[in-house]
Amino acid sequence: MSRGAGIVAALEHAIKGPVWGCQMCGQCVLHSTGLVCPMTCPKTLRNGPCGGVRADGHCEVKPEMRCVWLRAYESSEELPVWRHHIDDLRPPVDNSLKGTSSWINLVTGRDKQTPAGWTAVADVES
Amino acid sequence: MSNLERKLDAGEFVVTAELPVIDGGGHAEIMRQLAPMKAYVDAFNATDNPSAHAHASPLAVAIALIQAGVEPVMQLTCRDRNRLALESELIGAAIHGVQNISCLTGDDVTAGDEPEARRVFDLDSPQLIALARVLESGRYLSGRTTGPAPHFLVGGVENPGAPPFAYRVRRAAKKAQAGARFLQLQICYRTELLEAFMRDAHDSGLSKRLALIPSICILRTVGGMRFVATKVPGIDVPAQYVERVERAADAEAECFEIAYELASHALAQPGVAGIHFISFRKDAGIAKLCTRLGIPPRVGRESKERESNGDSASLAG
Repeated sequence: MSRGAGIVAALEHAIKGPVWGCQMCGQCVLHSTGLVCPMTCPKTLRNGPCGGVRADGHCEVKPEMRCVWLRAYESSEELPVWRHHIDDLRPPVDNSLKGTSSWINLVTGRDKQTPAGWTAVADVES
Repeated sequence: MSNLERKLDAGEFVVTAELPVIDGGGHAEIMRQLAPMKAYVDAFNATDNPSAHAHASPLAVAIALIQAGVEPVMQLTCRDRNRLALESELIGAAIHGVQNISCLTGDDVTAGDEPEARRVFDLDSPQLIALARVLESGRYLSGRTTGPAPHFLVGGVENPGAPPFAYRVRRAAKKAQAGARFLQLQICYRTELLEAFMRDAHDSGLSKRLALIPSICILRTVGGMRFVATKVPGIDVPAQYVERVERAADAEAECFEIAYELASHALAQPGVAGIHFISFRKDAGIAKLCTRLGIPPRVGRESKERESNGDSASLAG
């Protein structure tokens, strides 16, 4: 990572860390997930809640925490835009982007690159 | 094409069942487990470290099931393997003719007896379903060729009984979009939630896009009922069921009654493509329950299907 990119990444984390618990995955999908970060799900699920959500809506792994995806679903229903983005099939996380700035990756289009084989999946998020 | 795929394509009612976990005991143990339910079941799920407890691997058990002359549904979870391991497991399954695949997220390691293990979750279950479709195109995820493309009947699970209830059908639709052709539904003791799920699936057309198969658990003891009620993630058991088994003079008989009630209810829902059993009884619990529900053995169902096909053909002619 260049020095400039490092500074942008640090700035991004300084802002998004306290607000959304940003984990710096480098391929931000907050707008698709009701502005709740899916990387704060203990299973880092990108496509909705697992089947282990407790009856009280709390997390299977961390019983003290409300399910991240329950919050994502509820708040996406409140959003004036992007409401149905939650239904998009999001591709596997690119782990090589961890720690990089999603802002830079958005501008360069790097965050939209998927492995060549994934093109067989017709309806990936565009 | 697997028998399960052929039946689902033809719209025939299917019966699947979970093979109890296999540890030691080899093929003899698998044969012993199969014996009491073999006649009724179209395909057996080979589980993948359920409740995050280690057991014989699903691929090894699936191969043993084929050798035993029955059809497996190989479960794969995202908990223990990264994408490379999932790809090799699927390609390995194809070598042995294991075509029915059920893709799950997987219970967290904290639900198991080795909570100190590293959880993986490199993919999630919709992505795993899509990965199987990628392999079916004759490519690995990287784009590298697999040689002749394997063929799978890819499915998954959904839990109508876990929040957010209103979102569950949309999540199931996402799995259909990813390529799932069947979903085995998690055991659901809250009948109103299964009802709402099946109604929404029917109204939205989802039950026409993939086969929805509710699960019924046949328990045996008060301890078993308490375990499901308190220890299995995502299953909410209303207190009345636990109390019924606690009060019963014969806990096993009461558990059977509950399974019968829930199965009758599930079968009455619109768009049900089959039924999935998980039995903890030592005897022929699944066979008994099928008999009581009026579900004939596999051979009987198949010949009945042939007759009705013959009838419609002669009518058409």
